[in-house]
Amino acid sequence: MAYEMYQEQILDHYKHPRNRGEMPDADLQARDYNPLCGDDLTIYLKTDEKGTITDVKFTGQGCAISQSSASMLTMMLKGKNISEAKGIDPDRIVKMLGIPLSAVRLKCALLSLQVLKKALFSKELSQAETMKE
Amino acid sequence: MERTKPSLDVAKIKKDFPIMERKIHGKPLCYLDSAATSQKPRQVIEAVSEFYSNYNANVHRAIYELGEDATRGYEGAREKIAHFINARSSSEIVFTRGTTESINIVAYGWGIKGKLGKGDEIVSTVMEHHSNHIPWFFVQDYKGVKLSWIDIDDEGYLKMEDLDRLVTERTKMVAVTQCSNVLGTINPIKEIAKKAHEVNALCLVDAAQSVPHFPVDVQNLDCDLLAFSGHKMLGPTGIGVLYGKEKVLEEMEPMLGGGEMIREVHLGRATWNDVPWKFEGGTPDPAGAVGLGAAIDYLSSLGMQNVRKHEIELNAYGLEMLGKIKGIRILGPMDPKKRGGLIAFTIPEAHPHDIAAILDAEGIAIRSGHNCAQPLMERCGIPATARASFYVYNSPEDIDRLIKGLKKVQEVFA
Ligand SMILES: Cc1ncc(COP(=O)(O)O)c(C=O)c1O
Repeated sequence: MAYEMYQEQILDHYKHPRNRGEMPDADLQARDYNPLCGDDLTIYLKTDEKGTITDVKFTGQGCAISQSSASMLTMMLKGKNISEAKGIDPDRIVKMLGIPLSAVRLKCALLSLQVLKKALFSKELSQAETMKE
Repeated sequence: MERTKPSLDVAKIKKDFPIMERKIHGKPLCYLDSAATSQKPRQVIEAVSEFYSNYNANVHRAIYELGEDATRGYEGAREKIAHFINARSSSEIVFTRGTTESINIVAYGWGIKGKLGKGDEIVSTVMEHHSNHIPWFFVQDYKGVKLSWIDIDDEGYLKMEDLDRLVTERTKMVAVTQCSNVLGTINPIKEIAKKAHEVNALCLVDAAQSVPHFPVDVQNLDCDLLAFSGHKMLGPTGIGVLYGKEKVLEEMEPMLGGGEMIREVHLGRATWNDVPWKFEGGTPDPAGAVGLGAAIDYLSSLGMQNVRKHEIELNAYGLEMLGKIKGIRILGPMDPKKRGGLIAFTIPEAHPHDIAAILDAEGIAIRSGHNCAQPLMERCGIPATARASFYVYNSPEDIDRLIKGLKKVQEVFA
Protein backbone atom coordinates (compact mmCIF):
# COMPACT_ATOMS: atom_id res chain seq x y z
CA MET A 1 0.00 0.00 0.00
CA ALA A 2 2.82 2.38 0.85
CA TYR A 3 4.02 3.04 -2.65
CA GLU A 4 0.47 3.72 -3.89
CA MET A 5 0.14 6.24 -1.11
CA TYR A 6 3.06 8.33 -2.27
CA GLN A 7 1.71 9.33 -5.65
CA GLU A 8 3.13 12.19 -7.61
CA GLN A 9 0.41 14.61 -6.62
CA ILE A 10 0.90 13.92 -2.92
CA LEU A 11 4.66 14.26 -3.13
CA ASP A 12 4.33 17.42 -5.19
CA HIS A 13 2.13 19.09 -2.58
CA TYR A 14 4.43 17.85 0.18
CA LYS A 15 7.58 19.18 -1.44
CA HIS A 16 5.99 22.34 -2.85
CA PRO A 17 3.17 23.19 -0.48
CA ARG A 18 0.65 25.74 -1.77
CA ASN A 19 -0.53 28.54 0.52
CA ARG A 20 2.12 27.83 3.08
CA GLY A 21 2.89 30.68 5.45
CA GLU A 22 1.57 32.72 8.31
CA MET A 23 -1.25 35.24 8.17
CA PRO A 24 -0.90 37.76 10.99
CA ASP A 25 -4.25 39.44 10.22
CA ALA A 26 -6.32 36.28 9.85
CA ASP A 27 -10.03 36.51 10.66
CA LEU A 28 -10.16 32.90 11.72
CA GLN A 29 -7.45 30.52 12.74
CA ALA A 30 -6.99 27.26 14.59
CA ARG A 31 -4.27 24.79 15.43
CA ASP A 32 -4.35 21.10 16.17
CA TYR A 33 -1.98 18.28 16.72
CA ASN A 34 -1.97 14.59 15.93
CA PRO A 35 -0.24 13.01 18.92
CA LEU A 36 0.46 9.78 17.08
CA CYS A 37 2.77 11.29 14.47
CA GLY A 38 3.49 14.68 15.90
CA ASP A 39 1.75 16.27 12.92
CA ASP A 40 1.09 19.88 13.80
CA LEU A 41 -1.08 22.17 11.73
CA THR A 42 -2.40 25.72 11.86
CA ILE A 43 -4.86 27.07 9.31
CA TYR A 44 -5.51 30.81 8.80
CA LEU A 45 -8.54 32.19 6.96
CA LYS A 46 -9.42 35.62 5.70
CA THR A 47 -13.09 36.28 4.97
CA ASP A 48 -15.06 39.20 3.55
CA GLU A 49 -18.32 40.65 4.89
CA LYS A 50 -20.35 38.16 2.86
CA GLY A 51 -18.58 35.26 4.51
CA THR A 52 -16.55 34.34 1.47
CA ILE A 53 -13.10 32.92 2.13
CA THR A 54 -10.76 35.29 0.33
CA ASP A 55 -7.43 33.92 1.49
CA VAL A 56 -6.11 30.78 3.18
CA LYS A 57 -2.73 29.91 4.61
CA PHE A 58 -1.32 27.08 6.67
CA THR A 59 1.78 26.40 8.74
CA GLY A 60 2.97 23.31 10.51
CA GLN A 61 5.00 20.20 10.14
CA GLY A 62 4.29 16.57 9.74
CA CYS A 63 4.14 13.62 7.43
CA ALA A 64 3.59 13.81 3.70
CA ILE A 65 -0.06 12.84 4.04
CA SER A 66 -1.02 15.46 6.62
CA GLN A 67 0.91 18.25 4.91
CA SER A 68 -0.21 17.52 1.36
CA SER A 69 -3.78 17.19 2.59
CA ALA A 70 -3.50 20.67 4.14
CA SER A 71 -2.00 22.10 0.97
CA MET A 72 -4.73 20.62 -1.22
CA LEU A 73 -7.51 21.64 1.15
CA THR A 74 -6.37 25.27 1.22
CA MET A 75 -6.54 25.33 -2.59
CA MET A 76 -10.07 24.02 -2.45
CA LEU A 77 -11.19 26.65 0.06
CA LYS A 78 -10.44 29.88 -1.73
CA GLY A 79 -13.62 31.56 -2.95
CA LYS A 80 -15.87 29.24 -0.96
CA ASN A 81 -18.46 30.53 1.47
CA ILE A 82 -17.97 29.67 5.15
CA SER A 83 -21.17 27.67 5.25
CA GLU A 84 -20.01 25.71 2.21
CA ALA A 85 -16.67 25.07 3.87
CA LYS A 86 -18.46 23.81 6.95
CA GLY A 87 -20.11 21.18 4.81
CA ILE A 88 -16.85 19.55 3.69
CA ASP A 89 -16.89 16.01 5.03
CA PRO A 90 -14.15 13.41 5.50
CA ASP A 91 -15.16 11.57 2.33
CA ARG A 92 -14.44 14.67 0.35
CA ILE A 93 -10.89 14.80 1.73
CA VAL A 94 -10.31 11.12 1.02
CA LYS A 95 -11.50 11.65 -2.58
CA MET A 96 -9.36 14.75 -2.89
CA LEU A 97 -6.26 12.78 -1.89
CA GLY A 98 -7.22 9.83 -4.06
CA ILE A 99 -4.95 7.32 -2.35
CA PRO A 100 -5.51 4.20 -0.24
CA LEU A 101 -5.33 5.06 3.47
CA SER A 102 -5.06 2.77 6.48
CA ALA A 103 -6.98 3.70 9.61
CA VAL A 104 -3.83 5.16 11.11
CA ARG A 105 -3.00 7.28 8.08
CA LEU A 106 -6.60 8.44 7.80
CA LYS A 107 -5.94 10.43 10.98
CA CYS A 108 -3.03 12.15 9.24
CA ALA A 109 -5.18 12.81 6.18
CA LEU A 110 -8.06 14.29 8.15
CA LEU A 111 -6.03 16.54 10.43
CA SER A 112 -6.43 19.42 7.96
CA LEU A 113 -10.21 19.10 7.97
CA GLN A 114 -10.24 18.88 11.75
CA VAL A 115 -8.26 22.11 12.02
CA LEU A 116 -10.44 23.82 9.42
CA LYS A 117 -13.60 22.90 11.33
CA LYS A 118 -12.04 24.16 14.53
CA ALA A 119 -11.25 27.49 12.85
CA LEU A 120 -14.74 27.83 11.42
CA PHE A 121 -16.30 26.87 14.71
CA SER A 122 -14.17 29.41 16.58
CA LYS A 123 -16.03 32.13 14.70
CA GLU A 124 -19.36 30.87 15.98
CA LEU A 125 -17.94 30.84 19.46
CA SER A 126 -16.69 34.40 19.28
CA GLN A 127 -19.92 35.59 17.68
CA ALA A 128 -21.93 33.90 20.40
CA GLU A 129 -19.75 35.60 22.92
CA THR A 130 -20.17 39.04 21.38
CA MET A 131 -23.92 38.50 21.16
CA LYS A 132 -24.03 37.79 24.87
CA GLU A 133 -22.25 41.05 25.62
CA MET B 1 33.54 -4.09 9.10
CA GLU B 2 35.31 -7.22 10.24
CA ARG B 3 33.01 -9.55 12.10
CA THR B 4 34.46 -11.68 14.83
CA LYS B 5 32.62 -14.70 16.22
CA PRO B 6 29.16 -13.42 17.07
CA SER B 7 27.94 -13.48 20.67
CA LEU B 8 24.66 -15.14 19.76
CA ASP B 9 23.71 -17.74 17.17
CA VAL B 10 20.96 -15.65 15.60
CA ALA B 11 20.04 -18.16 12.89
CA LYS B 12 19.33 -20.74 15.56
CA ILE B 13 17.52 -18.28 17.83
CA LYS B 14 15.28 -17.08 14.99
CA LYS B 15 13.95 -20.62 14.55
CA ASP B 16 12.49 -20.38 18.05
CA PHE B 17 10.27 -17.44 17.03
CA PRO B 18 7.25 -18.61 14.98
CA ILE B 19 6.43 -15.05 13.88
CA MET B 20 9.73 -14.82 12.02
CA GLU B 21 8.24 -17.11 9.38
CA ARG B 22 5.65 -14.48 8.51
CA LYS B 23 5.81 -12.59 5.27
CA ILE B 24 4.96 -8.88 5.30
CA HIS B 25 3.84 -7.61 1.89
CA GLY B 26 5.43 -10.74 0.48
CA LYS B 27 8.79 -10.14 2.16
CA PRO B 28 10.31 -11.87 5.18
CA LEU B 29 9.64 -9.95 8.37
CA CYS B 30 12.51 -7.73 9.48
CA TYR B 31 11.45 -6.81 12.99
CA LEU B 32 13.24 -3.75 14.35
CA ASP B 33 10.75 -2.62 16.98
CA SER B 34 11.59 -4.70 20.03
CA ALA B 35 11.88 -1.61 22.20
CA ALA B 36 8.11 -1.26 21.71
CA THR B 37 7.45 -4.93 22.28
CA SER B 38 9.53 -8.02 21.71
CA GLN B 39 8.52 -11.12 19.80
CA LYS B 40 7.92 -14.38 21.68
CA PRO B 41 9.81 -17.65 21.38
CA ARG B 42 7.93 -20.94 21.14
CA GLN B 43 9.10 -21.76 24.67
CA VAL B 44 7.10 -18.83 26.07
CA ILE B 45 4.05 -19.42 23.90
CA GLU B 46 4.05 -23.07 24.96
CA ALA B 47 4.46 -22.26 28.64
CA VAL B 48 1.35 -20.06 28.51
CA SER B 49 -0.57 -22.61 26.54
CA GLU B 50 0.56 -25.36 28.92
CA PHE B 51 -0.69 -23.37 31.87
CA TYR B 52 -4.18 -23.17 30.40
CA SER B 53 -4.12 -26.76 29.15
CA ASN B 54 -2.77 -28.41 32.27
CA TYR B 55 -3.00 -26.41 35.45
CA ASN B 56 -5.35 -23.48 35.13
CA ALA B 57 -7.02 -22.52 38.41
CA ASN B 58 -7.21 -19.44 40.56
CA VAL B 59 -4.02 -18.95 42.52
CA HIS B 60 -3.89 -18.85 46.32
CA ARG B 61 -7.59 -19.60 46.63
CA ALA B 62 -8.12 -23.15 45.52
CA ILE B 63 -7.65 -26.00 47.97
CA TYR B 64 -7.23 -28.67 45.33
CA GLU B 65 -4.38 -30.03 43.29
CA LEU B 66 -4.95 -27.83 40.23
CA GLY B 67 -4.99 -24.74 42.37
CA GLU B 68 -1.81 -25.78 44.09
CA ASP B 69 -0.14 -26.34 40.72
CA ALA B 70 -1.26 -22.91 39.51
CA THR B 71 -0.01 -21.26 42.70
CA ARG B 72 3.29 -23.10 42.43
CA GLY B 73 3.68 -21.89 38.84
CA TYR B 74 2.85 -18.32 39.78
CA GLU B 75 5.08 -18.17 42.83
CA GLY B 76 7.80 -20.11 41.02
CA ALA B 77 7.88 -17.39 38.39
CA ARG B 78 8.28 -14.82 41.16
CA GLU B 79 11.31 -16.74 42.44
CA LYS B 80 12.83 -16.78 38.95
CA ILE B 81 12.38 -13.04 38.57
CA ALA B 82 13.89 -12.37 41.99
CA HIS B 83 16.90 -14.45 41.04
CA PHE B 84 17.17 -12.81 37.59
CA ILE B 85 17.57 -9.28 39.00
CA ASN B 86 19.33 -10.48 42.15
CA ALA B 87 16.63 -9.37 44.61
CA ARG B 88 17.14 -10.48 48.21
CA SER B 89 13.92 -12.47 48.20
CA SER B 90 10.81 -13.05 46.14
CA SER B 91 8.80 -10.93 48.56
CA GLU B 92 10.45 -7.94 46.87
CA ILE B 93 8.79 -8.85 43.57
CA VAL B 94 5.28 -7.51 42.91
CA PHE B 95 3.47 -8.69 39.80
CA THR B 96 1.85 -5.86 37.87
CA ARG B 97 0.59 -5.28 34.34
CA GLY B 98 3.85 -3.65 33.33
CA THR B 99 6.17 -0.72 33.86
CA THR B 100 3.38 1.84 33.67
CA GLU B 101 1.31 0.16 36.34
CA SER B 102 4.38 -0.41 38.52
CA ILE B 103 5.29 3.27 38.56
CA ASN B 104 1.67 4.28 39.16
CA ILE B 105 1.52 1.93 42.15
CA VAL B 106 4.47 3.81 43.65
CA ALA B 107 3.14 7.26 42.75
CA TYR B 108 -0.13 6.36 44.45
CA GLY B 109 0.98 4.25 47.40
CA TRP B 110 4.11 6.20 48.28
CA GLY B 111 3.20 9.58 46.77
CA ILE B 112 -0.48 10.39 46.93
CA LYS B 113 -1.23 8.23 49.99
CA GLY B 114 2.10 8.96 51.63
CA LYS B 115 3.53 11.63 53.88
CA LEU B 116 4.55 14.07 51.15
CA GLY B 117 3.61 17.70 51.37
CA LYS B 118 4.39 21.21 50.17
CA GLY B 119 8.10 21.87 50.13
CA ASP B 120 8.94 18.30 49.15
CA GLU B 121 10.46 17.66 45.77
CA ILE B 122 10.69 14.87 43.23
CA VAL B 123 13.57 14.84 40.75
CA SER B 124 13.34 13.14 37.39
CA THR B 125 14.94 13.67 33.97
CA VAL B 126 13.95 15.17 30.63
CA MET B 127 14.52 11.82 28.89
CA GLU B 128 11.76 9.88 30.65
CA HIS B 129 9.05 7.89 28.93
CA HIS B 130 5.58 9.31 29.64
CA SER B 131 5.05 6.49 32.13
CA ASN B 132 7.77 7.96 34.35
CA HIS B 133 6.42 11.50 33.96
CA ILE B 134 2.63 11.42 34.27
CA PRO B 135 2.37 9.49 37.59
CA TRP B 136 4.59 12.17 39.18
CA PHE B 137 2.41 14.89 37.64
CA PHE B 138 -0.46 13.24 39.56
CA VAL B 139 1.55 13.50 42.78
CA GLN B 140 2.44 17.12 42.00
CA ASP B 141 -1.19 18.04 41.39
CA TYR B 142 -2.45 16.16 44.42
CA LYS B 143 0.22 16.98 46.97
CA GLY B 144 1.65 20.26 45.76
CA VAL B 145 5.17 18.85 45.60
CA LYS B 146 7.67 20.40 43.24
CA LEU B 147 9.00 18.44 40.27
CA SER B 148 12.30 19.13 38.59
CA TRP B 149 14.13 17.43 35.75
CA ILE B 150 17.78 16.71 35.10
CA ASP B 151 18.71 17.99 31.64
CA ILE B 152 20.79 16.25 28.96
CA ASP B 153 23.88 17.46 27.15
CA ASP B 154 24.32 17.60 23.38
CA GLU B 155 25.35 13.95 23.20
CA GLY B 156 22.32 12.80 25.15
CA TYR B 157 23.98 12.08 28.48
CA LEU B 158 22.44 13.30 31.73
CA LYS B 159 24.04 16.49 33.01
CA MET B 160 25.39 15.15 36.26
CA GLU B 161 25.92 18.66 37.59
CA ASP B 162 22.12 18.98 37.46
CA LEU B 163 21.85 15.94 39.70
CA ASP B 164 24.08 17.65 42.27
CA ARG B 165 22.15 20.90 41.94
CA LEU B 166 18.60 19.50 42.01
CA VAL B 167 18.90 16.74 44.60
CA THR B 168 18.73 18.52 47.95
CA GLU B 169 17.41 17.97 51.47
CA ARG B 170 13.93 18.68 50.07
CA THR B 171 14.15 15.82 47.57
CA LYS B 172 12.12 12.76 48.51
CA MET B 173 12.31 10.74 45.31
CA VAL B 174 14.65 10.50 42.33
CA ALA B 175 12.83 8.71 39.49
CA VAL B 176 14.97 7.97 36.48
CA THR B 177 15.19 5.62 33.54
CA GLN B 178 18.10 3.21 33.33
CA CYS B 179 18.05 3.31 29.55
CA SER B 180 16.30 5.88 27.37
CA ASN B 181 13.91 4.43 24.79
CA VAL B 182 14.83 7.25 22.38
CA LEU B 183 18.44 8.26 23.00
CA GLY B 184 19.52 4.80 24.07
CA THR B 185 21.59 6.47 26.80
CA ILE B 186 22.39 4.18 29.70
CA ASN B 187 22.33 6.20 32.90
CA PRO B 188 24.64 5.76 35.92
CA ILE B 189 21.97 4.45 38.29
CA LYS B 190 24.36 3.43 41.02
CA GLU B 191 25.69 6.95 41.28
CA ILE B 192 22.20 8.46 41.12
CA ALA B 193 20.86 6.13 43.83
CA LYS B 194 23.84 6.98 46.04
CA LYS B 195 23.15 10.67 45.60
CA ALA B 196 19.46 10.14 46.44
CA HIS B 197 20.35 8.21 49.57
CA GLU B 198 22.69 10.96 50.75
CA VAL B 199 19.60 13.12 51.27
CA ASN B 200 17.39 10.22 52.43
CA ALA B 201 15.41 10.22 49.20
CA LEU B 202 14.28 7.07 47.42
CA CYS B 203 15.48 6.10 43.97
CA LEU B 204 13.02 4.56 41.49
CA VAL B 205 14.36 3.08 38.27
CA ASP B 206 12.41 2.67 35.04
CA ALA B 207 14.03 -0.53 33.81
CA ALA B 208 11.69 -1.16 30.85
CA GLN B 209 14.61 -0.87 28.41
CA SER B 210 17.34 -2.28 30.63
CA VAL B 211 16.24 -5.53 32.29
CA PRO B 212 15.39 -7.07 28.87
CA HIS B 213 18.76 -6.16 27.38
CA PHE B 214 21.58 -6.38 29.91
CA PRO B 215 22.32 -7.81 33.34
CA VAL B 216 20.63 -5.79 36.08
CA ASP B 217 21.51 -6.38 39.72
CA VAL B 218 19.23 -4.45 42.05
CA GLN B 219 21.48 -4.98 45.06
CA ASN B 220 24.46 -3.65 43.21
CA LEU B 221 22.52 -0.65 41.91
CA ASP B 222 21.06 -0.19 45.39
CA CYS B 223 17.91 1.38 43.95
CA ASP B 224 14.81 1.25 46.15
CA LEU B 225 12.24 0.54 43.46
CA LEU B 226 12.52 -0.74 39.90
CA ALA B 227 9.89 -1.31 37.23
CA PHE B 228 9.85 -3.38 34.04
CA SER B 229 7.52 -5.08 31.56
CA GLY B 230 7.40 -8.73 30.56
CA HIS B 231 6.37 -8.05 26.97
CA LYS B 232 9.63 -6.26 26.18
CA MET B 233 11.69 -9.26 27.30
CA LEU B 234 10.20 -12.10 25.24
CA GLY B 235 7.36 -12.57 27.75
CA PRO B 236 3.61 -12.14 27.35
CA THR B 237 1.78 -8.82 27.37
CA GLY B 238 -0.12 -7.91 30.51
CA ILE B 239 2.52 -8.98 33.01
CA GLY B 240 5.26 -6.87 34.56
CA VAL B 241 7.16 -6.31 37.73
CA LEU B 242 7.63 -3.81 40.48
CA TYR B 243 10.72 -4.59 42.52
CA GLY B 244 10.97 -2.83 45.86
CA LYS B 245 13.11 -3.15 48.95
CA GLU B 246 10.91 -4.87 51.49
CA LYS B 247 10.94 -1.97 53.94
CA VAL B 248 9.97 0.47 51.18
CA LEU B 249 7.12 -1.74 49.98
CA GLU B 250 5.89 -2.21 53.53
CA GLU B 251 5.56 1.52 54.02
CA MET B 252 3.54 1.96 50.83
CA GLU B 253 -0.25 1.83 50.68
CA PRO B 254 -1.87 -0.52 48.15
CA MET B 255 -3.49 0.93 45.04
CA LEU B 256 -5.94 -1.86 44.23
CA GLY B 257 -8.35 -2.98 46.93
CA GLY B 258 -10.10 -6.32 46.68
CA GLY B 259 -9.42 -10.02 47.00
CA GLU B 260 -5.96 -11.35 47.77
CA MET B 261 -4.51 -8.09 49.08
CA ILE B 262 -6.21 -8.32 52.49
CA ARG B 263 -5.55 -10.11 55.76
CA GLU B 264 -8.77 -9.39 57.65
CA VAL B 265 -11.88 -7.61 56.48
CA HIS B 266 -14.74 -6.38 58.65
CA LEU B 267 -17.51 -4.08 57.55
CA GLY B 268 -15.87 -0.73 57.05
CA ARG B 269 -12.29 -1.71 57.85
CA ALA B 270 -9.56 -4.09 56.80
CA THR B 271 -5.89 -4.93 57.25
CA TRP B 272 -3.50 -5.67 54.43
CA ASN B 273 -1.79 -8.84 53.40
CA ASP B 274 2.02 -9.12 53.54
CA VAL B 275 4.15 -7.78 50.74
CA PRO B 276 4.18 -8.49 47.84
CA TRP B 277 0.55 -9.75 47.80
CA LYS B 278 -0.65 -6.51 49.40
CA PHE B 279 -0.23 -4.91 45.97
CA GLU B 280 -1.86 -7.69 43.98
CA GLY B 281 -5.56 -7.06 44.53
CA GLY B 282 -7.86 -9.21 42.40
CA THR B 283 -7.20 -12.35 40.43
CA PRO B 284 -3.71 -11.95 39.00
CA ASP B 285 -2.31 -13.24 35.70
CA PRO B 286 -0.61 -16.54 36.54
CA ALA B 287 -0.41 -17.58 32.88
CA GLY B 288 1.43 -14.34 32.16
CA ALA B 289 3.72 -14.89 35.14
CA VAL B 290 4.53 -18.42 34.01
CA GLY B 291 5.19 -17.09 30.51
CA LEU B 292 7.51 -14.44 31.90
CA GLY B 293 9.27 -17.16 33.87
CA ALA B 294 9.80 -19.06 30.62
CA ALA B 295 11.13 -15.90 28.97
CA ILE B 296 13.62 -15.50 31.80
CA ASP B 297 14.72 -19.11 31.37
CA TYR B 298 15.22 -18.45 27.67
CA LEU B 299 17.23 -15.26 28.22
CA SER B 300 19.27 -16.94 30.96
CA SER B 301 20.13 -19.80 28.64
CA LEU B 302 21.52 -17.28 26.15
CA GLY B 303 23.24 -15.37 28.94
CA MET B 304 22.46 -11.71 29.52
CA GLN B 305 26.13 -10.80 29.01
CA ASN B 306 25.91 -12.33 25.54
CA VAL B 307 22.66 -10.52 24.80
CA ARG B 308 24.36 -7.28 25.73
CA LYS B 309 27.46 -8.04 23.63
CA HIS B 310 25.25 -8.92 20.68
CA GLU B 311 23.42 -5.61 20.92
CA ILE B 312 26.66 -3.65 21.18
CA GLU B 313 27.77 -5.36 17.95
CA LEU B 314 24.51 -4.40 16.26
CA ASN B 315 24.80 -0.85 17.64
CA ALA B 316 28.31 -0.54 16.24
CA TYR B 317 27.28 -1.79 12.80
CA GLY B 318 24.04 0.21 12.81
CA LEU B 319 25.73 3.46 13.84
CA GLU B 320 28.40 2.93 11.20
CA MET B 321 25.97 2.20 8.37
CA LEU B 322 23.34 4.78 9.31
CA GLY B 323 26.10 7.32 9.82
CA LYS B 324 26.89 7.11 6.10
CA ILE B 325 23.46 8.44 5.13
CA LYS B 326 23.69 12.03 4.05
CA GLY B 327 21.95 14.50 6.36
CA ILE B 328 20.92 11.87 8.91
CA ARG B 329 20.57 12.94 12.51
CA ILE B 330 21.19 10.18 15.02
CA LEU B 331 20.02 10.83 18.56
CA GLY B 332 22.02 9.90 21.64
CA PRO B 333 25.56 8.74 22.35
CA MET B 334 27.65 7.65 19.36
CA ASP B 335 29.59 5.13 21.45
CA PRO B 336 27.89 1.74 20.86
CA LYS B 337 28.87 0.62 24.37
CA LYS B 338 27.16 3.56 26.01
CA ARG B 339 23.70 2.91 24.59
CA GLY B 340 21.03 0.24 24.68
CA GLY B 341 20.25 -1.66 21.48
CA LEU B 342 18.30 1.01 19.68
CA ILE B 343 18.96 3.89 17.30
CA ALA B 344 16.53 6.77 16.79
CA PHE B 345 17.14 9.05 13.83
CA THR B 346 15.68 11.52 11.38
CA ILE B 347 16.51 12.10 7.72
CA PRO B 348 15.89 15.39 5.94
CA GLU B 349 13.84 14.02 3.03
CA ALA B 350 10.96 12.38 4.86
CA HIS B 351 8.92 12.48 8.03
CA PRO B 352 9.39 9.45 10.32
CA HIS B 353 5.85 8.32 9.58
CA ASP B 354 6.54 8.23 5.88
CA ILE B 355 9.82 6.43 6.50
CA ALA B 356 7.99 3.77 8.51
CA ALA B 357 5.29 3.39 5.85
CA ILE B 358 7.77 2.78 3.06
CA LEU B 359 9.89 0.45 5.18
CA ASP B 360 6.72 -1.48 5.96
CA ALA B 361 6.24 -2.10 2.26
CA GLU B 362 9.71 -3.67 2.36
CA GLY B 363 8.75 -5.92 5.28
CA ILE B 364 10.66 -3.84 7.80
CA ALA B 365 9.00 -2.83 11.09
CA ILE B 366 10.35 0.24 12.87
CA ARG B 367 8.82 2.71 15.30
CA SER B 368 7.99 6.24 14.24
CA GLY B 369 6.59 9.11 16.22
CA HIS B 370 7.35 10.79 19.51
CA ASN B 371 8.15 7.46 21.19
CA CYS B 372 6.01 8.35 24.24
CA ALA B 373 8.62 10.93 25.19
CA GLN B 374 7.19 14.26 24.11
CA PRO B 375 9.17 16.36 26.61
CA LEU B 376 12.36 14.80 25.25
CA MET B 377 11.30 15.45 21.65
CA GLU B 378 10.68 19.04 22.63
CA ARG B 379 14.09 19.21 24.30
CA CYS B 380 15.73 17.85 21.13
CA GLY B 381 13.71 20.25 18.99
CA ILE B 382 12.16 17.59 16.77
CA PRO B 383 8.54 16.50 16.49
CA ALA B 384 9.22 12.82 15.90
CA THR B 385 11.87 10.23 15.11
CA ALA B 386 12.23 6.93 13.32
CA ARG B 387 13.65 4.25 15.60
CA ALA B 388 15.20 0.88 14.91
CA SER B 389 15.67 -1.33 17.94
CA PHE B 390 17.44 -4.65 18.25
CA TYR B 391 17.08 -7.88 20.14
CA VAL B 392 18.32 -11.45 20.22
CA TYR B 393 16.78 -12.39 16.84
CA ASN B 394 18.30 -9.48 14.89
CA SER B 395 21.40 -9.78 12.76
CA PRO B 396 23.58 -7.36 10.78
CA GLU B 397 21.54 -8.43 7.71
CA ASP B 398 18.52 -6.71 9.28
CA ILE B 399 20.53 -3.50 9.39
CA ASP B 400 21.51 -4.01 5.75
CA ARG B 401 17.83 -4.30 4.89
CA LEU B 402 17.07 -1.17 6.88
CA ILE B 403 19.73 0.78 4.98
CA LYS B 404 18.40 -0.48 1.65
CA GLY B 405 14.90 0.47 2.73
CA LEU B 406 16.05 3.96 3.65
CA LYS B 407 17.56 4.31 0.18
CA LYS B 408 14.09 3.55 -1.22
CA VAL B 409 12.62 6.23 1.04
CA GLN B 410 15.14 8.70 -0.34
CA GLU B 411 14.29 7.68 -3.90
CA VAL B 412 10.56 8.19 -3.34
CA PHE B 413 11.12 11.58 -1.71
CA ALA B 414 13.99 12.68 -3.91
C1 LIG C 1 11.65 3.53 28.97
C2 LIG C 1 10.25 3.01 29.01
N1 LIG C 1 9.54 3.14 30.14
C3 LIG C 1 8.29 2.69 30.25
C4 LIG C 1 7.65 2.06 29.20
C5 LIG C 1 6.23 1.63 29.38
O1 LIG C 1 6.10 0.27 29.39
P1 LIG C 1 4.66 -0.40 29.39
O2 LIG C 1 3.89 0.23 28.29
O3 LIG C 1 4.94 -1.85 29.16
O4 LIG C 1 4.04 -0.16 30.73
C6 LIG C 1 8.35 1.89 28.01
C7 LIG C 1 7.74 1.21 26.86
O5 LIG C 1 7.17 1.73 25.95
C8 LIG C 1 9.67 2.39 27.91
O6 LIG C 1 10.36 2.28 26.77
